[in-house]
Amino acid sequence: MMLPDIPQNLYYILGAVLFTIGAVGVITRRNAIIVFMCVELMLNAVNLTFIASGNFLNSLDGVMFVFFIMAVAAGEAAVGLAIFVLIFRLKGTINIDDIHLLKG
Amino acid sequence: MIAVGFKWFIFSAMAIIAVGSSLMMVTRRNPIHSALWLIVAFCSLAGIYVLLNATFMALAQVMVYAGAIMMLVLFVIMLIHLESDLVEKAKRSFPKAIGAIITILLFVQVAAGIAAFQNVGKKGAITPEVMAAAGNAQVVGSMLYGKYAFAFEVASVLLLVGIVGAVVLAKRVRN
Repeated sequence: MMLPDIPQNLYYILGAVLFTIGAVGVITRRNAIIVFMCVELMLNAVNLTFIASGNFLNSLDGVMFVFFIMAVAAGEAAVGLAIFVLIFRLKGTINIDDIHLLKG
Repeated sequence: MIAVGFKWFIFSAMAIIAVGSSLMMVTRRNPIHSALWLIVAFCSLAGIYVLLNATFMALAQVMVYAGAIMMLVLFVIMLIHLESDLVEKAKRSFPKAIGAIITILLFVQVAAGIAAFQNVGKKGAITPEVMAAAGNAQVVGSMLYGKYAFAFEVASVLLLVGIVGAVVLAKRVRN
């Protein structure tokens, strides 16, 4: 019995599942660092979609996009975590329900 | 060429590990446990990238995401050491449940879209055979320094701004 090659939509479904898990985490969790990690997971789900479609179209552009997304995520991690440390110093908490610095 | 059955085995194992560990990441109360589960998810995604002929990106995934970024996150979690604040109370609230349900509805929409989707784009020139002949890192590198050279430079400036920004933010303000 011959198995067919893995259909590309399976990769897209996996990306969508991971993206949904990340989005549910962003909505339900209250710890700012865990929210940040959920955003990273959503970025990874998009990366998977880019690489899968790039591979099926015999093109490297998807890989290039993923490279730049990784660069942006690294910069975002550095600045975002510095902001969390600052907020913790200022408010003594990183629970995002207690952080409403911009509220009038 | 790798045998198709082996590919299926690797794909299903990695997909199950990725989904399971990201579910664990979302549900753990202790952020350090969450971070460790997320590292597992990133490594299994790297395995899927290898299946998709993106060896270089799999390496970058392990080094940049599972290594550098998650190390930074763990470092900050340990720096902000406040047990009562970090370990969340498991309180359920109505708006949160509504939000989660709406997000899952969004997933149903996306899944319906994917089920009806046919990728009919024009095929490019870089087939897996070309990539295997020249080497994955070499193909990626020549594209990065050729067609995408400007974007590459912009990314380097962005990372520099990130470093400077982190230092400026973390500097203690004297008043």
